[in-house]
Amino acid sequence: MSRLRRFVPRLTRGRAIAACLAVIVLGAAIVVVNAGNGEPVTSESHMLTVKSGPGRDTPISLDTTLYLPESASKDHPVPAVLVAHGFGGSKDSVATDAHDLAARGYAVLAWSARGFGRSSGTISLDDPDYEVNDARGLIDYLAQRPDILQRHGDVVVGVVGGSYGGALALMLAGYDTRVDAIVPQITWNNLARAFFPESSAGGPAQGVFKSQWAGLFFGSGSGISVASVLGRGAQSKPHNDVQCGRFTQEICAIYLQAATTGRATPEAIARLEHNSPAPVLNRITAPTLLIQGQTDTLFPLAEADANARGIAAHGTPVRVAWYSGGHDSPGSDEDTLHNKQLTLQWLDHYLKGTGPDPGRSFTYSAAGGVSARNSRATTVTRQAGDYPGLHGRSSDTVALTGAPQQVANPPGSTPAAISSLPGLGSAGGLASGLSIDVPGQYATFQSRPFAQAVDVVGAPQIRVRASVATAPAREIVLYAKLYDVGADGKPSLPQGLIAPVRLPASTDLASADPVSVTLPAIAHRFEAGHRARIVLATSDQAFHNLPDPAVYTVAVAGNTVTLPLVPSSPVGGLGALWRWILLALVIAVALGVAIAVFVVRARHRRVDRSVRPGAENTPLVIEGLRKAYGDGYLAVRDVSFEVGLGQVVGLLGPNGAGKTTTLRMLMGLISPTAGEILVFGHRVSAGAPVLSRIGAFVEGSGFLPHLSGGDNLRQYWRATGRPEADAHVEEALEIAGLGAAIDRRVKAYSQGMRQRLAIAQAMLGLPDLLVLDEPTNGLDPPQIREMREVLKRYATDGRTVLVSSHLLAEVEQTCTHVVVMHKGELVASGPVEDIVGESTSVLIEVTGEDAVAAAVKTLTGMAGVSTVEANGSGLVVDLDGTARSEVVRSLVGAGVGVERIAPRRRLEDVFLALVEDK
Amino acid sequence: MSTTLDAAPGYRPGKTLSLRAEIARQLTRRRTQFALGFLVALPLVLLAAFMIGGPDNNGDGARGVSLVDVATASAPNFTLFALYASSTFLLVVVVALFCGDTVASEASWGSLRYLLTIPVPRARLLRQKFLVGLFYSAFGLVLLPTAAMIAGGLAFGFGPLQTQFGEQIAFWPAVLRILAAVGFIGVSLLMVASLAFLLSVTTDAPLGAVGGAVMLYITSNILDSVDALGSIRAVLPTRYNLAWLNILSSPVQTDDIVKGCISAIVYSTIFLSIAWYRFSRKDIVS
Repeated sequence: MSRLRRFVPRLTRGRAIAACLAVIVLGAAIVVVNAGNGEPVTSESHMLTVKSGPGRDTPISLDTTLYLPESASKDHPVPAVLVAHGFGGSKDSVATDAHDLAARGYAVLAWSARGFGRSSGTISLDDPDYEVNDARGLIDYLAQRPDILQRHGDVVVGVVGGSYGGALALMLAGYDTRVDAIVPQITWNNLARAFFPESSAGGPAQGVFKSQWAGLFFGSGSGISVASVLGRGAQSKPHNDVQCGRFTQEICAIYLQAATTGRATPEAIARLEHNSPAPVLNRITAPTLLIQGQTDTLFPLAEADANARGIAAHGTPVRVAWYSGGHDSPGSDEDTLHNKQLTLQWLDHYLKGTGPDPGRSFTYSAAGGVSARNSRATTVTRQAGDYPGLHGRSSDTVALTGAPQQVANPPGSTPAAISSLPGLGSAGGLASGLSIDVPGQYATFQSRPFAQAVDVVGAPQIRVRASVATAPAREIVLYAKLYDVGADGKPSLPQGLIAPVRLPASTDLASADPVSVTLPAIAHRFEAGHRARIVLATSDQAFHNLPDPAVYTVAVAGNTVTLPLVPSSPVGGLGALWRWILLALVIAVALGVAIAVFVVRARHRRVDRSVRPGAENTPLVIEGLRKAYGDGYLAVRDVSFEVGLGQVVGLLGPNGAGKTTTLRMLMGLISPTAGEILVFGHRVSAGAPVLSRIGAFVEGSGFLPHLSGGDNLRQYWRATGRPEADAHVEEALEIAGLGAAIDRRVKAYSQGMRQRLAIAQAMLGLPDLLVLDEPTNGLDPPQIREMREVLKRYATDGRTVLVSSHLLAEVEQTCTHVVVMHKGELVASGPVEDIVGESTSVLIEVTGEDAVAAAVKTLTGMAGVSTVEANGSGLVVDLDGTARSEVVRSLVGAGVGVERIAPRRRLEDVFLALVEDK
Repeated sequence: MSTTLDAAPGYRPGKTLSLRAEIARQLTRRRTQFALGFLVALPLVLLAAFMIGGPDNNGDGARGVSLVDVATASAPNFTLFALYASSTFLLVVVVALFCGDTVASEASWGSLRYLLTIPVPRARLLRQKFLVGLFYSAFGLVLLPTAAMIAGGLAFGFGPLQTQFGEQIAFWPAVLRILAAVGFIGVSLLMVASLAFLLSVTTDAPLGAVGGAVMLYITSNILDSVDALGSIRAVLPTRYNLAWLNILSSPVQTDDIVKGCISAIVYSTIFLSIAWYRFSRKDIVS
């Protein structure tokens, strides 16, 4: 057990406090992180059977998952939210969003729409009789659950969904009054217009078929996932019906016909419009948050505009938010977060009744540069008051240069320009990327460079004139695009959006009526120095083009493009907040430093720097000095002694006596636990100015190994800041006695050389008190003798030396006074003679028979001899006044042969006696 | 000789260990000379690498290029690339070296106790050593882009800056932006300097201080790349160390830069306070 103790760190107060702080901080971090996650959620999956179909009497089984927050119960019912998935998905695609919503205190029901996932049935493209009635059946299910909140007998339910699910949300709100709030995202208003867009006033009947997107969805409904077509997911098997997949026969027939002819029949248009929110907008009373993507070639911003206008006309609260994502891009991280916050705010206010009114202000997403951290585009959300629609609050008419040009329609629609790839955005990857136009097939009309940046928010407009130059053609199909041309001439197509337009084929350009073309709505900034470029192209891969070859002449009527402008301000001005925080922090730190300095100075002044009267001339007074270490070990225990002026004091003690600790406390390196040290009457503490009167050499040398000995001394003196002349460098160097080696690097010195140089460094400036710890360590006998002389000479002229050693002979010869320590305590102190005793002691070796006895007899009682002791073949005689020669004469006179007479080390005896007792 | 003096004649606490003395003390060391020399040599090494590597094969029209692709376009481009390549590790090591080695090496040579016996007041010792460490770090930090600018200018000409987003910034505004970037890198390296200094005060081994600071920096970087930590990562000290790249976008994005400054100042204050506090109360046994 005690062995284990050694490995366990000691629990001191400081460590205990630090450990507690660390635990508190860690705990707080965990709590904060978990608080962000909301309540715990349980999920239950069922196959629910609901009554659906035109008469709401045909059962259909839907695969559902209900996410319940922990707090939901019969006594504490919670509002419900239906989360609808997008085309090609299932309830699993919305699982994370549903879980997050449930964690915020809603009962969330996610289901796989009919024809998707494990639900039965076929895909009817959000038919009111089928998909919408399925959802109404789900609301019935929620209404009879006791843990779902009801208000005035009406179940509180909201609907959230994107794309396919978004249209479902709108239509459900239109067909079922029980819905209390909806958040449709990136969805359509008129499915016919979405798939057959026409950018003059033509309508879906004149529309150009969006073949690539349609093909993708059709494949998706046939069992191939969008992801696998784009190469990102696993391949799935085609459905049993190889042509129609899981679509209804009616939808299947519409698609096949449209894909073949590229035009929509009136029946197709009627069916697609029926499967859209457009007819029921005037019936929606649930407050609606419309989130639409700026990077969306499938359901562009115009779809949300139509929805917003239709719903607002009825007086229902509507809020429009554009964001940087859409079907072609996931959008920036900031926008994903912002959308989540908006949705939550909307649902909290209109379902739960908590939280502030989210308002009606319109926000959109502007490019904010590229994040340095992950090289993704960042965005800034901007706010612009009420929803301005697609034509801005003001407009800027920009002049274009460009004469009427001829463009060719390629035979068989190949090669065709590529402006975007469905799901991937513009060719090239980034939202505002390159677009590839085929030479000879497009006409350009370019503006002058903009003098300052222009923020376009809305749908730009141009007027186009076109005529056919060659063989008879029934109509002209053109694709109008607005490019942003950079200062280096590189064009980019914002979000890859283009406007298809179908024009009547006239034969003469001058007489052709100008047709007003509305380009797709964008939120794009044209930087200063950039130009706007209008391109009219004859083909595009995403659409169904005219197959017959032809040449058209096209022109922009009036040679202008109208750009809608909306003044806006950035939202979430956290940027400004952080700047203030930075300023406050800098000021706080500066203040803190100033205060700390002031407090320290004040404390310094309060420290008693008074001189103790009467002690100004005493180099060293130590009183009651005590040093206890953290683990309780007492290194120095109530030591008190004095060193007088001009003395050479030897500090003696065995190893571990506390000598070095005392000296370190004297130098201000260690602070004593109790007691005082006074140097020339001034109290010693770390950094006390009186320490400059001490020169010290403790526990070895401390030199910069890469400098020479002389340089080291000079550097050291520079560090003292005292005048050069006070150093007495030459004298110190003489004492060191290194000769030529003074210019060699200290790295190359031997131990003895370093020792001598260190003692010389201690003597720099000729300090009044010289403190040396084992100065003769490593010196050879001649050097030791030299050192002895140096120390004796040093102690003249009022200077004092304190030497610590365990070479007792040296101490006896060098020192005038001695202080003996043992195990931290003072054992003896005083002049050397007092400790050793007045008498000197000699060891006399005698020869001859009975020589010892005779010698003892002769010397005992002799004057000037204090004690005589036999010691083997000799005697130990303590002399007290008599010279040794006298003793020898007496012995010889008594007939005793004196072999040898040698001084005996009395100090050693005394010392060992003193320390052995303890 | 008078014995009623408060201190030795000519001694004033405010004159001990002057900045000039400390600068000279550090200048003579091999590691100072090597580190600064290497910072000057690095751009030349990079230049040689680009020359040997041959002309840029990427051609025009590549979107989303990184700094290395446009590095040979002009002197400002080359300078930015040199900064980008060295700011996350090389400069960190150099700063940790200058600030982490000062006190710990004195302790390991045994000269710390002699400095303290002069006596140099403890707070003053720390202050002078830290200031000189910062001085050398700042010197190295400015030396690198200066050398890169000169080398790049001689090799590629002093043309406009081509950002990786396709924008072009004229020469003198680009130089201003580079100065701003260097300033931000300096502020964020202040955190490293403070950490290294704190370790220098706590251990006696200079390698422990320098290596410890670099290791902690790397650990913070590793944690920053763990996405599962989510938004906790904002408190990591190295979170915003590449925020200076936002200076290149137009308009200049200052959010991350401001947050980076806040993070660096908070951490530096904490580390330096601990260092001062500990050193003033410590028993010096080295």
